[in-house]
Amino acid sequence: MKTLPKTDAVIIGGGWTGLLMAKELAARTPISVVVLERGAPRHKEDYAGGMDELDYNVRFRLMQDYSLQTVTLRYTTKDRAIPIRQLGSFMPGQGTGGAGEHWGAVFPRYVPDVFQLLTSTTQKYGAKKLPEDHSVVDWGITWDEIEPYYARADKLVGSSGKAGNIRGKIIEGGNIFEGARSEEYPTPPTKTPYFGSLFHDAAKSLGYHPYPNPAATLSTAYTNPDGISRQGCFYCGFCDRFGCMVGAKAQPTNTLLPIVEKQKSVTLRNGCWVRRIVYAKANGGRARGVSYIDANGEETFQPADLVILGSWTLNNTRLLLLSGIGQPYDPATGKGVVGRNLTHQISFSPAQAFFDKPLNRFMGAAPAGMRMSDFDGDTFDHSNLPFLRGGTFAGIGTGFQPIIGFGAVPSSVKARWGAEWKKAAVYWYDRVGTVNFAGEHIAYKDHYMDLDPSYKDHLGDPLIRLTIDWKDNERKIVEFAIAKSVELARATGAKEVVPAPPYGHYDTRRYQSTHVQGGTIMGSSPEHSVVNTYGQHWQASNLFVMGASMFANNGSANPTPTVLAFTYRTADALIDRYLKHPGRLT
Amino acid sequence: MRRRQFLVLSAASVGGVLVYSLDRKVSRVSAQDKPAAQQLIKIPLKFLTESEALIVAAAVSRIFPSDESGPGAHEAGVAVFIDRQLAGPWGRDRHRYTHAPFEENAPEEFGYQGAAMPQQIYRQGIKELAGFDKLAPTEQDAKLKQIESGVFFNLLRRNTIEGMFCDPQHGGNVDMVGWQLIGFPGPRMTNFAQVDQYHGEAFRPKPVSLKDVADHPNRPSEDEA
Repeated sequence: MKTLPKTDAVIIGGGWTGLLMAKELAARTPISVVVLERGAPRHKEDYAGGMDELDYNVRFRLMQDYSLQTVTLRYTTKDRAIPIRQLGSFMPGQGTGGAGEHWGAVFPRYVPDVFQLLTSTTQKYGAKKLPEDHSVVDWGITWDEIEPYYARADKLVGSSGKAGNIRGKIIEGGNIFEGARSEEYPTPPTKTPYFGSLFHDAAKSLGYHPYPNPAATLSTAYTNPDGISRQGCFYCGFCDRFGCMVGAKAQPTNTLLPIVEKQKSVTLRNGCWVRRIVYAKANGGRARGVSYIDANGEETFQPADLVILGSWTLNNTRLLLLSGIGQPYDPATGKGVVGRNLTHQISFSPAQAFFDKPLNRFMGAAPAGMRMSDFDGDTFDHSNLPFLRGGTFAGIGTGFQPIIGFGAVPSSVKARWGAEWKKAAVYWYDRVGTVNFAGEHIAYKDHYMDLDPSYKDHLGDPLIRLTIDWKDNERKIVEFAIAKSVELARATGAKEVVPAPPYGHYDTRRYQSTHVQGGTIMGSSPEHSVVNTYGQHWQASNLFVMGASMFANNGSANPTPTVLAFTYRTADALIDRYLKHPGRLT
Repeated sequence: MRRRQFLVLSAASVGGVLVYSLDRKVSRVSAQDKPAAQQLIKIPLKFLTESEALIVAAAVSRIFPSDESGPGAHEAGVAVFIDRQLAGPWGRDRHRYTHAPFEENAPEEFGYQGAAMPQQIYRQGIKELAGFDKLAPTEQDAKLKQIESGVFFNLLRRNTIEGMFCDPQHGGNVDMVGWQLIGFPGPRMTNFAQVDQYHGEAFRPKPVSLKDVADHPNRPSEDEA
């Protein structure tokens, strides 16, 4: 094995968290930083010729190469896990920028009580309201502590939207159910495509409180505090699963990389596949660096004083397990921590609305449209409902594309191919809209991750095994979401409304969202969590973990704003406190 | 090396096709072009044999027929698109996890778990459709009905939609006939002035393809290693 000269800090992963941390360290400290990214180099200029639905939206050009590494999945601890052989229910990224390149850039915050879900639920409804097999915990942090970091994340990307609560002042037209913000959004809301307007009016007519969907896609030109200027959105519709050709959608390559690349103290190495965090158990535990296979296939050891893990949710957990750091979680005894509280997100289109007029759905942007939070979190009373929590409804003009979008027909058409189907699918192609829903997935004792006993990656290392499914609470939220969506879709004036089928088992084929959480969760004690709220590992104080793997539960909303907020908070703690006095932060 | 295979069509029978010669040069033969319309077009095949290509072409024309509701798989060149996809990384399962054991009886929620790659699924599926291109349309439909719940048919259906609506650089959607059929304008650089206008009215700009708007269109995935 080749051993490289020691660096002060090594960061695993060149996505949102890794490059944000690299930028902060480079701008505010003299320390040397190496960023290891296993995928190819990417730059914001790479996307100008990439408006190709087949290659990006269907063949997944920007996503993780599953031929090298995937995950296995099973519903219960009694089942044998089966590998997910092709990208499906979630889409990890690969290459500089990670999943932050191909994301949809919807930018909502979590509802405040998510951070104290156990306490707030039991106080309001009593412990019996929680399912018997729940694993719901508090995160060890409050809204007021994280809000300033949310504000910094907003400024980084120049988020577009309209506040509904600024320091306690409720503002109609914004999200009146949101946690108090310190400031308005940096840029005004995006334009609203036609279906978004129809959704807005429908929600209003039913007495709900629609607001512009928060977006990390700029509505207008913006220069962030780092001096990065980006232009506003053109609504070409090539967002989700694409890189933005004009840079309106915030991506690590257009927001962070231009700064990081200029810093002499940061070295970004592509094609470096990290296999282990090298860890010494002596003296309370210490990370010594990382070992990886470099772009030439050579086994390499990079010694470092500080190891920062930002390799996306599932891989963060996998690397800790492969490296033997921390006690693996055992669902039978409840002992151990690494891998616990695996959650995903309920995310689907509960109702299709068929219109007698065209919607021009090719125009839009992945986040452009209207959303409502009247049934999110605990904004509505659950005393007489058979479930906990909820989610948000939205009517979005995503920029509808024909390969993915073709084929929706009203219920009267039974054929799936041939003349009758073709005629109907052509006619309805631009006359159908969908109400979307994103909902909470609470944590359960038997939903967790460990190393798969039989399936391996291309290097012979075990794949991560997910034990996860939908349970009663999620299925009931889904039923509720379908009923409400049908009501909303009818109120848009649609000619026919087709409800989605209810949730059965977790379906690896159907895209859900790339919002997988947990595995290396934060908390206030080492018995129940892997890291403290700064992401600092309880055993190895020079090891920090970043990303949604820190999240003790799913918060219904898309997680990237919360991921960026916690990364800023970790950066502050590292720079202002840890580097001055290396040691435990809590 | 296998013998060169061609799909032979009459130019008059198609709306217009992009013909890829083996040195990758593209030439266009248009049905409106009178002398050309009478000639036979020989499209070089990359994976399928000629007899296989004729069966695929016949099958996709039943899935997405050309009729009074507009052009279909035939005019869009779907069979040519499929041949190129099969020859490329997708056809060879370049990005699928293919470590054994294969749990072929896994619940359907776990997706396709078979060992066979698209090239093999097609080759086997076509074999079971021997003589298909010689059948009458009603017999063809009956034959497809028998296989419509299988892996091969579902792949064929999916690839037909892809070939109808992909960017023309992939060999399907020739002359953007698929996009024109449904009113999709292709990769238009901006809809800024229109996105919140045209409420309830069709806005149908003339379609453009990637090569019309980008100086350096991305390299098609089927041409990657």
